[in-house]
Amino acid sequence: MTDNEHEIEQADERVPKRVIGTPAPGTSMLGTAEAAEVEKEVPGVVLPDETKARRAEKIVALCFTITFIAAIAFIISYVVFQVGSPEATGVSNFALGLSLTVAILGLAAGIVIWVRQIMPKYTLVQERHAMASEEEDREVVADTFVAGANESGFVKRKLLRRTLLLAAAPLGLVPLVLLRDLDNSRMPGAKFNQMLRHTVWGEKTKEGKPLRLVVEGTGQPIRAADFNSPGGILSVVPEGYEHDLNALAKATLILIKFRPEELKSGVRQNWTHDGIVAYSKICTHVGCPAALYEQTTHHILCPCHQSTFDAADGAKVIFGPAARPLPQLPITVDAEGYLIAKGDFEVPVGPSYWERGDAEAEARQKGGQA
Amino acid sequence: MSDLRTVPNAVAGPSTFLDDRLGGANFLKRNLRKIFPDHWSFLLGEIALYSFVILLLTGTFLTFWFKPSMMEVAYDGSYAPLHGVMMSEAYASSLEISFDVRGGLLIRQMHHWSALLFVAGMTVHMLRVFFTGAYRKPREINWIIGVLLLTLALAEGLTGYSLPDDLLSGAGLRITEGVAISLPLVGTYITFFLFGGEYPGEDVISRFYSLHILLIPGILLALISAHMVLMWVQKHTQMPGKGRDNKNVVGAPFYPAFMAKAGAYFLFTLATVAGLATFTQINPIWLFGPYTPADVSAGSQPDFYMGFLEGALRIMVPWEINLFGTSHAGTLPLSVIIPALVPMGIIMTGLALYPFLERWVTGDNREHHIADRPRNNPHRTSIGMSAITFYGVLWLLGANDEISANFHISLNVTTYAGRVLIFLAPALAYLITYRMCLGLQRSDAAVISHGVESGVIKRLPHGEFIEVHTPPAEDIEAHVRGKEPVAMLPVAEDPTGIPPKGMRGPVGRLRARMSKAYGGEKIQLDDGHGHGHGDDQAALERSDDRSLTH
Repeated sequence: MTDNEHEIEQADERVPKRVIGTPAPGTSMLGTAEAAEVEKEVPGVVLPDETKARRAEKIVALCFTITFIAAIAFIISYVVFQVGSPEATGVSNFALGLSLTVAILGLAAGIVIWVRQIMPKYTLVQERHAMASEEEDREVVADTFVAGANESGFVKRKLLRRTLLLAAAPLGLVPLVLLRDLDNSRMPGAKFNQMLRHTVWGEKTKEGKPLRLVVEGTGQPIRAADFNSPGGILSVVPEGYEHDLNALAKATLILIKFRPEELKSGVRQNWTHDGIVAYSKICTHVGCPAALYEQTTHHILCPCHQSTFDAADGAKVIFGPAARPLPQLPITVDAEGYLIAKGDFEVPVGPSYWERGDAEAEARQKGGQA
Repeated sequence: MSDLRTVPNAVAGPSTFLDDRLGGANFLKRNLRKIFPDHWSFLLGEIALYSFVILLLTGTFLTFWFKPSMMEVAYDGSYAPLHGVMMSEAYASSLEISFDVRGGLLIRQMHHWSALLFVAGMTVHMLRVFFTGAYRKPREINWIIGVLLLTLALAEGLTGYSLPDDLLSGAGLRITEGVAISLPLVGTYITFFLFGGEYPGEDVISRFYSLHILLIPGILLALISAHMVLMWVQKHTQMPGKGRDNKNVVGAPFYPAFMAKAGAYFLFTLATVAGLATFTQINPIWLFGPYTPADVSAGSQPDFYMGFLEGALRIMVPWEINLFGTSHAGTLPLSVIIPALVPMGIIMTGLALYPFLERWVTGDNREHHIADRPRNNPHRTSIGMSAITFYGVLWLLGANDEISANFHISLNVTTYAGRVLIFLAPALAYLITYRMCLGLQRSDAAVISHGVESGVIKRLPHGEFIEVHTPPAEDIEAHVRGKEPVAMLPVAEDPTGIPPKGMRGPVGRLRARMSKAYGGEKIQLDDGHGHGHGDDQAALERSDDRSLTH
């Protein structure tokens, strides 16, 4: 760019070089106003009015100064306002957030005013060109492709081509195979169904006794005689598994006390104890805990998608997207009068899945045969 | 200060160094003054772009403290109400970010807000591109990239939302599991592989973490870059207007004006996000407590972009099929599979295929660089509004418990209404939009042929009062006249009544019929009225001028 030896070939260099002491090209002895007018002649570029631009410059400067102050305020706030309690965090969040917002807003506003009031108004035009290449270029590429394909021998040499394809097939499976151990149990997929069918209610305590029902949160066992007000409800977890999330994801119960005459035919009577019925709390739709209970109607409602179950009638679905009742857990009392599980659920709890089958119908058939 | 005459040394030195090695001047010569057309609706995509940048920055900050572990620890941070409570390290470290790191809560809230803005920005940008037909040739590839971006953004949101491991995020995770396990044949495998065994296991947070901070954002970044490069190479579309045609692009140069504007716009987005994070609390995880599968809080709501899936789950009827009898595998929980896959499938597949379907129906293989005004392609606009309504009904029903509680409507009624509206509302939206588009086209035609009401009432010699109409402003007229008929296949039958080649079979006949309905000009701009344009250029709007009323 600075090499001026070959002036002849460069059109713009034909302009006489500036003689020391004369004004630079494009400037005027008369001042800047005329120079600006010269620039105005670029079509599609309209320079703003100088007095307006000067006023805008002041506003922009004010905006940038606000940013300067706010950014310093941010740094000071960081040092001054400590966190550690919800209140202190609230104050710190407010101070940091406000100063940051103002700082960025000032910068943004300044630039926008700069663009709109100080920079020219542009209506420049550029040509578009069709995206497609010239036909000639396409042909050259096509020829090159064909020539290359032939040169490589890929076309002619069948053995090479076929063994390459052969090699690619298992290699493509390698990453998939590698993912097999994502399942930590490493058991065959056929066993997934077995796992999903069982909950810890089928387990025994170390002493070989059935698991007691304990209150979620406190871990207190429940004496049937104490759980005696009809309409009462408890969220119940298995003894010994109070903090085992995997166990809770299937074994959490909802325990409801009924007056004997309230129970309808859907409830398995021999699985209840003195009007106390235990249902799985895990919704049969997609597995949310069906946590809401309406005492007067005996409705259990899942707050996620509003599947509604009639607790007095075997938790059968009366509304919403769930297709199956909440499974009932067989319960009884031990020698000390505490509620215990008689065994595991008869059918899988929670959301349905491909291998599940109609476990309810299966259980009924079994019951009928027995 | 006087203007620059030469490039200052501070710039020239490094530039020369770079150009000697990279030869960038050739590229910059052609691109520094690249023209970007101006329209407010072209800024919508930028919101998404800048939100993504903010997400990367704030997300990196969060990773400095976040521990993606489901190991149970007793909380000993500074949020007193949860002292001693057993929780996962993920939740404990999220609380640490919120209460023990200065600016941590602000950045966490900015991250969440910009995630919402990211999806919202993408969605409105996509709608703009759809309704203006900016996806047409040569931009179909960029449109598909956009659809992929939107899908990935939903996955990115879902994985991020699950990380803090509070009770609310766990509810979302549980629903994800319930949906995954419902899939035919592969459902149990997918869940066992995803969760490392039975739900919830101890792996899902760390797995979601690597998806959320590495894999998905990596793909997003690559696709966004491709999206930008294609936009740059193909040049932006422009609205119809004075001096604008399919062969040019009119607007402001990248350097300096567009660059500065874009920079300012990034800062506005950042300021908005910072302001929201300052004044508007989002996802107060400390109130929800640690996750346990035994509990859920009423009124649990996902982030807005998952609302349509939630709504679909809520209004579904309880269908479940056992394909091979009682005791065999083959359970299809349709009440989960259908809402989980069908709405998303319809929307995303429909979006991806639309440019190609439209091209098939219209036979239009030209390049389009002038954006359509939505009214000028009424069927497309109606289809778009139908889709919005479909999505909107699902989205609203995703909050039917809130609607029920706040407006005192029976919850069951909202669900039943949703089951009807999901079919009825899109059809209604189609009809209404179609009529509105035609009405707007008529009003355009009226402006062109009769001018604009001037507010000046004139009394004619025989006593009749008329309002003087003036011709529309030049730029408005050019904008309106930018309309062009929707392309149509040559469907006309020859004199013997034989349809053209390729339209004789059943598919061909359907295509021809669709083309006839979809294409063509519904309302002509100038249909040569024999009256009106008087000496004073005032046109009379007469009651017998039926061209404007029917």
